[in-house]
Amino acid sequence: MSNFIPGQPLVAVVQRIEIKKLRQGDNLILGFSIGGGIDQDPGQNPFSDDKADKGIYVTRITPGGPAETADLRMGDKIMQVNGYDMTMMTHDQARKRLTKKNEDVVRLLVTRKSLEEAVKNSMGGHQRQ
Amino acid sequence: MDTESTYSGYSYYSGRSRGSHRHGERSRDRDRHKSRNKDSRSEKSVTINSPPAEPLLGDSSVRGGEQVQDDNWGETTTAVTGTSEHSLSQEDIVRITKDLEDSVGLDCRRYFTLTLAVVMGLLVFLTPVAFLVLPHLLWPEKLQSCGTACEGLFISVAFKLLILLLAVWALFFRSPRAGLPRVFVFRALLAVLVLLFVMSYWLFYGVRILDTQDDNYQGIVQYAVSLVDALLFIHYLAIVLLELRQLQPCFSVCVMRSTDGEKRHYNLGQLSIQRAALAILEHYYCDFPVHNPALLSASKSRAAKHLAGLKVYNVDGEFPAALADGPGNNAAAGMAHSQSRAMIAAAARRRDTSHNELYYEDAEHERRVRKRKARLVVAVEEAFTHIKRMQEEEQKKTPVDVMDPREAAQAIFPSMARALQKYLRTTKQQHCHSMESIQQHLAFCITNNMTPKAFLESYLSAGPTLQYSRSHWLARQWTLISDASVTSGLSDGCVFQLKCVDFSLVVTTKKIPYIQMSEEYIDPKSHKFVLRLQSETSV
Repeated sequence: MSNFIPGQPLVAVVQRIEIKKLRQGDNLILGFSIGGGIDQDPGQNPFSDDKADKGIYVTRITPGGPAETADLRMGDKIMQVNGYDMTMMTHDQARKRLTKKNEDVVRLLVTRKSLEEAVKNSMGGHQRQ
Repeated sequence: MDTESTYSGYSYYSGRSRGSHRHGERSRDRDRHKSRNKDSRSEKSVTINSPPAEPLLGDSSVRGGEQVQDDNWGETTTAVTGTSEHSLSQEDIVRITKDLEDSVGLDCRRYFTLTLAVVMGLLVFLTPVAFLVLPHLLWPEKLQSCGTACEGLFISVAFKLLILLLAVWALFFRSPRAGLPRVFVFRALLAVLVLLFVMSYWLFYGVRILDTQDDNYQGIVQYAVSLVDALLFIHYLAIVLLELRQLQPCFSVCVMRSTDGEKRHYNLGQLSIQRAALAILEHYYCDFPVHNPALLSASKSRAAKHLAGLKVYNVDGEFPAALADGPGNNAAAGMAHSQSRAMIAAAARRRDTSHNELYYEDAEHERRVRKRKARLVVAVEEAFTHIKRMQEEEQKKTPVDVMDPREAAQAIFPSMARALQKYLRTTKQQHCHSMESIQQHLAFCITNNMTPKAFLESYLSAGPTLQYSRSHWLARQWTLISDASVTSGLSDGCVFQLKCVDFSLVVTTKKIPYIQMSEEYIDPKSHKFVLRLQSETSV
């Protein structure tokens, strides 16, 4: 992930992931678990590089669920959900954003370390601006 | 209230009262004996062990003169053993102790000390006045006239004497709370000190002033002023020794009642054992719940049942078919030993179901008490709704039948009397409260606008001894039993007993440890906190 400088715009390489919610009884589930948030302790996040990062991370993927089929991976940081920014959210607000009952599909922008490396490798000899 | 404690060494006074105790006098109040006699109606003779004689006559006390070896002290002790020529019932014991209180001997001691104190006080007060007046009487013509400074000193002497008078009245002339077995060491020391002091002043005065007929009156007045100053300082010493020294707590005493194990802890300062015992007794009357012998009968009957089931027969000894229900009956010590061991072994092997009975009995009793209590509470609440405090304006408007608190109490009492009586009987408190006292209490509660719950509180739980009527202050005569001399101070680990007719209080002392305290400074700005939450939600 890019270095997080408070107050400055964040630059990251993201991947678009679209998950269709699965109906299970009365609930619509996505099939993964989130952790983190601005009201949580960032030092306990095993997936973040920068231990001050209070973003929302994917901590678990249910095998065979909609998230797994949509190629969401454990350790992904969720940057946006359906156009709403997730980098400065409390844990509960993030949960609410993901579990809106009137939405069938969530479109996430996620970032992970491997994405940055892939971009760097593909840029090859080109210098970074 | 005056509690007396006796110590059998001084009971040569009791010889007189023993001889004069009146057989036929039954005019004492019998009610107070009823509760104790209920349990002991079957036994007519009482054994009281006399306190050990050794420490009492053998140790050195301040009263050296009292060490007179009374030759027939054995005959005149207040102890009564079961083998005396006439066995006494418990009522007789109480009558004897009552007689001791009224006996001439102990009063004599009190009046003796009182007169001694008054005589000494007069001597001490009149001494400075005498110092000032005698020169005028004996050699008036030689005397120098009193100048201004000298007359100023007169005023100072007068006021200092007045202050001394007030201070002595405040410190010493208080009605005595109790009669202690031995003399109060500090008071005796102070009296001796004051006497020596005044004697030495008189000696000096007699030799240097009276004999030589000194004419320097100012010097004499200054001498008298110095005497009064020194007396004030001795009074200061008296305050420190008698009042201030024991204020700082030094020992923690644990007081336990022997019959039911009620325990309390108190903090005392450096006191002699007899003064500590007095302080403990005063706390006892306020803190300990009243001694209720009816509550102990259950465990006594269980104990009797344990022993009753076994009988020992000796079939091959010197005493053929000796029937014994206790190990103490045989002459041979070895026989008794083996018998008791056999009894203990048999009792251990016997399958005892008394614990079962106890458990179910307790549960049943608990249930019964709660049911009666519920009925009582409802009855009392209903009774209280029948009366209402009448306001002044209403009195003028409607002429209804007005009652004073006593009549109001009598009016509503019958509706709750039955429930209350049943409850008291179930909790075995019925002898503590008489009808009269209940009605008095009810009138008191009505006068003071108390709720039914407040009225009931004194019947639901056993209160301290002082709460009950005078007849329940059964023990006004306490005996102090102690290994160490009673005028010696409290020390760590000392144990003594305060015995009265029904039970005894066992007191153990522990020294309050030395506390080493250190300080630590925490900067208020150093209180910082972080969140430790990490929740994981599945979506």
